[in-house]
Amino acid sequence: MVKSIIGAKSVTKRFGDIVAVDNIDFEIREGEIFGFLGPNGAGKSTTIKMLTTMLRPTSGRLTLDGHDVAKERDSARKAFGIVFQDPSLDEELSAYENMDLHGALYSVPKALRRIRIKELLELVELDGRQDYMVKTFSGGMRRRLEIARGLLHEPRVLFLDEPTLGLDTQTRNLMWDYVKKLSHEKGMTIFFTTHYLDEAEAVAERIAIIDHGKIVALGTTPELCKQTKTKTLEEAYLQLTGKTLRDEASSGNDGLNFKTALRNQRLR
Amino acid sequence: MDIIYVLWLRQVRRYWRSGSRLLGTLGQPILLLLALGYGIGAIYRRAGEGNYLQFLVPGIITQTVLLSGIFWGMIILQDKRFGFLAEMLVAPVSRVKILLGSALGGATISIFQGILVFTISMLLGFRPHSWALVGPAFLVLVLMCVALTSFGAGIASMVDDFQGFQGINNLIVMPMFFLSSALYPLTNVPVGLKIVSSINPVTYMVDALRYLLANQTHFGLGKDLIVMAITFVACLFFAVSRFNRIQM
Repeated sequence: MVKSIIGAKSVTKRFGDIVAVDNIDFEIREGEIFGFLGPNGAGKSTTIKMLTTMLRPTSGRLTLDGHDVAKERDSARKAFGIVFQDPSLDEELSAYENMDLHGALYSVPKALRRIRIKELLELVELDGRQDYMVKTFSGGMRRRLEIARGLLHEPRVLFLDEPTLGLDTQTRNLMWDYVKKLSHEKGMTIFFTTHYLDEAEAVAERIAIIDHGKIVALGTTPELCKQTKTKTLEEAYLQLTGKTLRDEASSGNDGLNFKTALRNQRLR
Repeated sequence: MDIIYVLWLRQVRRYWRSGSRLLGTLGQPILLLLALGYGIGAIYRRAGEGNYLQFLVPGIITQTVLLSGIFWGMIILQDKRFGFLAEMLVAPVSRVKILLGSALGGATISIFQGILVFTISMLLGFRPHSWALVGPAFLVLVLMCVALTSFGAGIASMVDDFQGFQGINNLIVMPMFFLSSALYPLTNVPVGLKIVSSINPVTYMVDALRYLLANQTHFGLGKDLIVMAITFVACLFFAVSRFNRIQM
């Protein structure tokens, strides 16, 4: 029996009258690569924000590496690393300084920090650029740096929120290679979201599909295809979530602040 | 301590590297010193009020740290908009520490700019009344800078876009400067203006600095320090409560 590392029990998140996440349950096993799919505004980001302590669930319980996310926040925070959907580097600092600051925030001892930063920058092939300001980096380089940064405190779980958005095919492939390697070699659990279904099919061991705040399907790609009597993940996905377009709640606000977005939407 | 230090260092580094920011924020005080100090100075003397530059410099130092403090809040807004705040907020560090480290960094920048304006005004002919009181004046400056950067951080936590921040600048910062005793003595002003200035905490900051640097005061140092202490506590409280409420 493999240990469960992320658990959600009857988790609901409401913003005023709107139910963003509606009573979801799931368990993720240690070392698993888990894909979390869904249309815009389905509740993906809200779920990630709850799992990463940025939002508190209205009701229900979330656990991460055995810690209650709402109650033992700092222990939970040490257990995960995250690559956000939006860029989150300090552009006016160098790659090394961004890494070093992260290490300090996670109380990684100085000497150890230096060694790990070197290793990680080599891993993402940025070791030659460590003293360059991040503002001189391309989108792909920034992403790689963010991944390296997320790994610096050796988390048990790595969250990747649409990590390949806007990256070229080469960088995408390279990135998923690292991620798979991390999962296989270090037993790290990977929780990611994406809109590219081919990517999800190729990388994820299990997939959950969320729509209108509810998890509508959960399983391996063959299981999802079988359940919907389709041949590919994309067909299964469209069958489950329909073909209509969604109005993303956070539109016009870069997905930063759900509350503000809601307010803006009401004003519109 | 390590955490507060690295956050402080981040702010100072960013400032130090951006030469344009350094020059940009110094342009205005120099302009004010030259235009007002020399321009109005002549009339001021003819009106029998003495040396205007001696009177003006504490006001301009205050204006510099007021602007620099509030504008420093822009960094929190930038961090909020461009994502770095999320990185800090999911770290296993309390928000108060994040705020404290960053605000102390902002305050350090303000202090540095205040000293720079002081040095420039020396070149323009300003002389402190007594060198022994420059030390205490420095302490007053530190207190002011921490209070004002906290105030800026609190405001930045409340607004979500740069235009809104600009509006607050026009609505709060400019009146706080012009409706204080930074530019003119309060002795002969109309009653309405006197009342407004007397409830403006910036007036007391200017007054304390003016007492220590130029031996001129309206309220007396004791009263100035009491108002400043209350303002200091209020600003810190405001910053912490607003920063704690930020939701990503």
